Parts: sequence; C-alpha cells; structure tokens
Amino acid sequence: MRRITTWLLSTISALVLLFSYHTSTSSSTATSIVASGAGTDTGSTSGAVPQTGSGSSGSSSGSSSSAAKTYSGDAVSTRFGDVQVEITVKHGKITDATVTQVPWSNGRDQEINSYAVPILNQEAVAQQSAAIDMVSGATYTSQGYLGSLQSAIDQANL
Amino acid sequence: MGIPVSVHVRAVEPTRPDLEAGVGRVFAHLRKVDAVLSTWRADSDLLRLQHGEIEEAHAWVADVTELCLEAEERTDGLFRAWRRRDGGRLTYDPTGLVKGWAVAGAAAHLDVVPEISYSIGAGGDIVVGAGRGPSATAPSWRVGIEDPYRAGAVARVLTVRRGAVATSGSAARGAHVVDPRTGWGVARPGSATVVGPELLWADVWATAAWVDPARAGQLMADRDPGYSLVTL
Repeated sequence: MRRITTWLLSTISALVLLFSYHTSTSSSTATSIVASGAGTDTGSTSGAVPQTGSGSSGSSSGSSSSAAKTYSGDAVSTRFGDVQVEITVKHGKITDATVTQVPWSNGRDQEINSYAVPILNQEAVAQQSAAIDMVSGATYTSQGYLGSLQSAIDQANL
Repeated sequence: MGIPVSVHVRAVEPTRPDLEAGVGRVFAHLRKVDAVLSTWRADSDLLRLQHGEIEEAHAWVADVTELCLEAEERTDGLFRAWRRRDGGRLTYDPTGLVKGWAVAGAAAHLDVVPEISYSIGAGGDIVVGAGRGPSATAPSWRVGIEDPYRAGAVARVLTVRRGAVATSGSAARGAHVVDPRTGWGVARPGSATVVGPELLWADVWATAAWVDPARAGQLMADRDPGYSLVTL
C-alpha cells in the first residue's frame, strides 16, 4: 500500500471573476483597461511590502462602504481536520485575517497551530496589496489555510 | 492537485456566458488532470497503472512521461521525474512537471474567449494571457515575486502581458526539491524564478535553476533563450 507522505489535498478554489476595474475617481461603468497604481512600470522594480495606493487594481466595483465586513472562507478539510479562515475587509483591503477552525484535537496539533497560525494570519494581512495582482512563490505548505483564505478573498471580491 | 487555484479575468462584461463557460472549462480541465495524474489519489490513472490495476491509461499519462523525458534532456538532468529510493527501487513522480503543464492546458480554454485579459494563479505559478481580439485591450499584470527571506513580503515586481512566471525554492516546504545528481534535498535559503512564454517550461527551468542556478542559467541561455531567470 503506497504510503501517502504529504497532506496535499485536492482543493480547487471557487472561481474568481474580478470585475472590471475603474479608477477611484470614476464611478461610471467599468472599462477593460486597468488603472493600476501610480505610473506605469515597464520593467521590474524592487520593493518591500507593496504600498497600497489609490486606483488600486485590487478593489472590486462594489466595495465602497466604510463599514468593515467579515467574510468566512469555506472550511477546507485536511487530513488532520478542518481549517477555516475568516477575513475582515474595509475599503477593499484585508485588515484582519483569523483562523476560525484549526485542527486542535491533540497536543501536537495544538503545539503546531499555536505557533503557525499567528504567523499565517500576519502574512495574510501583510501581503495583500493594491499594487500587485499576483504573487509567485514556492508553494505553501499550509494548504488548508490557503484554500480557505482564498475562498474568503473570492467571496469578498478582492 | 493539492494547490489552490484562482482565475482572474478582466473584461468589459465579466458575466458573459462564453466567459463563464471558459472559466468553467479551466477548472474542469484541472479536475480531469487530477483524476488522471494525481500521485496521492489511489484511483488516479497514474497510480492504478503503477499498481498494476489497469494496463492502459488516459493518453495524458504517456504525454506527460514524454515531456518528463524531454525536460530531463533539456535541463541535462537537473530536472528528473525518476528517483531511486532506498533499496534501489526506481519511482516515477511527474508532479513537478504536471502542475505547470496542467495550468497551461487549462489556460488555453481562456485563449479562445474574445476581448479578455486573464491571469491564473496556481500554488505560486502564474500564467497571464489574453483571449482573442486586438491585444491593445490586454493590460499588463503586475506579478510580484515573494521574498524568500521575509514571509509575506514581495521582493520584485514583474510586469507581464502574456507569459508565465514560476518560482521554485525552499521557503514554504523546506528542502522538498531534490538534486537528482546527489539525491539530497536542496536546503539553502532563497528561490529561483523563471519568466517565459510557456508555464510548463518556466516551471521545469525554475526547478532546475533551484537545484543549480549557474548551470541552469547557462543551459537556458543556450537552449531556451526566451526564458529569463531571477534568483533571490
């Protein structure tokens, strides 16, 4: 019997259709051209955590309310239990990300997740950006977290 | 496939039925790839074939195997889907190549949809493209490369209009990429990112460049000059 040595799970997150973008000064119907950040880049730039500016390509056409809204991602089942993430969105930006469900049934789970979860939550808030559309990186281990986070982001139309 | 996948589309009318159908096909393609080539679902064609439960499998198994052979040759063995385990047993795991190949195949379903620009992100791999129609309507996508030394930060930003970005490194899963020449995991910090026209080869070259950046860089310049390497 083949031993499964990884806990990858076959999740395909819900489809995201980012609605057409418009600049922050325009409230007319969306166009097909993106107004992304300040200025145009023709090459690569180095930077630290990206600045969030106006006219961000990350904001969807509907999110202009000033109240913060919470979106709960689907619970994603992993070999060790369910993982679920909830995000708080204000002005089209993620201001908080918390894990609402995490495997916690034994000492080992608790030990791992009490360390990993705060780090993951911080990453989710730090990485979200209005000036960057996609991020390429080595694949995350925390499949359950990312799957649920993605589903929460999708629901928030970010 | 064990990775979160998101599809992002820019269009004047995002709710068009042909567009929604295209995105539906993207996910259907990925599910099909998973059903045929998964290395952890016991009912995949690949595993059933390897366990002797079936004698013939979906044509994709042969396609992927051929691509793995080509990838090994093109990278001079820096990418290798076959590994010798303890006891001398040779195991075949095409997963490293399947991911890029699958997402590229899925993206093709959006290439035929008119007047859109799209970007698909799949576990760190990115493919950017445009549907049919004048490419003047295809805006660029800003693709960040994750900083492998600082979780949550972005080290570089690339502007891509059409093409693929793939990154290999140790930041997330530790030394999971094995150097085929030694059998040991590549454990140093950092990452290698490849940008180029096809995600399949960007992925293969990123893996090869993570194993040996200098050698892979030379080979890429000779054999696949359309691809460029960013090492962090």
